[in-house]
Amino acid sequence: MTLAGRDLTIGYSDRVVGRGLDVTLKQGEVLALLGPNGGGKTTLLKTLLGILKPLAGEAQIDGRSLDAFTIRDRARRVAYVPQVHNPTFAFTVETVVLMGRTSHGGLFSRPSAHDRDVAGRALDEFGIAHLKERPYTMISGGERQLVLLARALAQEPQFVVLDEPTASLDFGNQGKVMREIRALAASGLGVLFTTHDPNHALRTADRAYLLRDGTCLAEGEVKRVLSSEQLQELYRAPIERLVDSGSGASAFLPG
Amino acid sequence: MTQRFFPGLLIATAVLIAGLIVAFAVGRYPVGFGELFDVLWSRATGGAPAASEATENVILLVRGPRVIAAVLVGAALAVAGAAFQGLFRNPLVSPDILGASSGAALGAVLGIYFSLGVIGIGLLAFGGLLAVAAVYGIGSALQSRDPILVLVLTGVVVGALLGAGVGLVKYLADPYNQLPAMTFWLLGSLAATNAGDLIPLAGPVALGTIVLVALRWRMNVMSLPEEEARALGVPTGPMRIAIVAAATLVTSASVAASGVIGWVGLVVPHLARALVGPDFPKLLPTCALLGGGYLLLIDTLARTMAPIEIPLGILTAVIGTPFFIWLLAGMQRNWS
Repeated sequence: MTLAGRDLTIGYSDRVVGRGLDVTLKQGEVLALLGPNGGGKTTLLKTLLGILKPLAGEAQIDGRSLDAFTIRDRARRVAYVPQVHNPTFAFTVETVVLMGRTSHGGLFSRPSAHDRDVAGRALDEFGIAHLKERPYTMISGGERQLVLLARALAQEPQFVVLDEPTASLDFGNQGKVMREIRALAASGLGVLFTTHDPNHALRTADRAYLLRDGTCLAEGEVKRVLSSEQLQELYRAPIERLVDSGSGASAFLPG
Repeated sequence: MTQRFFPGLLIATAVLIAGLIVAFAVGRYPVGFGELFDVLWSRATGGAPAASEATENVILLVRGPRVIAAVLVGAALAVAGAAFQGLFRNPLVSPDILGASSGAALGAVLGIYFSLGVIGIGLLAFGGLLAVAAVYGIGSALQSRDPILVLVLTGVVVGALLGAGVGLVKYLADPYNQLPAMTFWLLGSLAATNAGDLIPLAGPVALGTIVLVALRWRMNVMSLPEEEARALGVPTGPMRIAIVAAATLVTSASVAASGVIGWVGLVVPHLARALVGPDFPKLLPTCALLGGGYLLLIDTLARTMAPIEIPLGILTAVIGTPFFIWLLAGMQRNWS
């Protein structure tokens, strides 16, 4: 299965954000979306989720237009992990994860025993079962990100789309979330995430997609796409590359 | 904050039962607990009560309809308040946010101005539905990326216009006959309630509440940001219309029956969330029980505190304001 955008023109009724974008995400792989602020990352994300209609071109699941799916069928295939935010109401962690089951139930139904099982397994998967009864407002930012990941997993989708999953997390939690993203791909899900840190893409993703001013600068295997030259062009800023002489692994430093 | 369902529900039920007992017993014609039970029991079983006929009349004809109306109005306003607060992701929202009360108020004062009689005034008080439909239509036509914000702002603006309309009608009204009636209506009262008023109140309240209860889980998801709710598989546009329509129907019916009673729809959902948490499948029944009990206690105060009836809107404000400040002080960190 694939989640793809074909010759997409993205944006809003009064503003075109990007043109001529082709992107493909296969199951079992991790794709990182990089680019400067305002380059169109979030808009592309929303278009692939079906939240925003493309101005031209087509977003597709397995070659079928997203428009051909009901909003409910779409939710059973593609899950969305938004940036961590402060919620208005103090739902318990379990209720938040159960909301991921919404598209599996009828219009008037409440989560069933089976839904609770699935949510419970998702909580176990990310090691946060002990938070089950806690209000979502009273846990840390890192824990909230894991709860949102568990909610996406409970949705039982084929693809997960994450908006800056490591933003506003401490160093340790960034690593934890990146490991979980790898685990999701290893279990067969296709994962697309945006990030401001090329190192996160290097460490987690199979492929990278570089977006600047609404056009694709480069796309392909991370090791090939993420070079100093490419990144300097992407961000229009000096970037230093560090290479470990033993393993050959590299990392980037801004400035 | 316990957030346990059954203890919370039990407390809400206890408040309602306490309210019922006090409301039936207290008043210019005191009724003992034994007499109350006797009359209700004989009514239920079809036997003849041991209590006097006067007592029976007080319980069944005088206090009965008023008590039922108070419970229905309180429950309706609390349920609608909870629904609107969830939908607008804002705990400071009350059921009149989209102009339901101001539309009803304009309808009612027009009814009084044109001397349309009780039924006409009651029907016009459903003008709240029209007002909300207008707000919704304008809000949707404006097509913003933040439909919720536009809706709230449109509600405020249209509400202000309707308020000006109410002001104009009051200004033009006959100051000796009509103006006191308008003022009394706008402050809210259940004093004139009789058995015939209960059906136009109970019908719409039941219908709207059934819709909201049926959508209870979807209402949880609707309290998330728009894009998240859609990504979870909820068609937010149609769902919002259904919830707004149901909550507005419930609000309009209660305003038509009792006039404008503020604060209940704002304060009671907070209390209910403190008892059982924000999960709508638990919150809605708790709100209904607690709202019914709360307004019943206030209405009992309204008719017994002073030699003359005190308007309900004034009492709910006098009790609601300090109570709400206390709530704010205790719950600043999270809006549970």
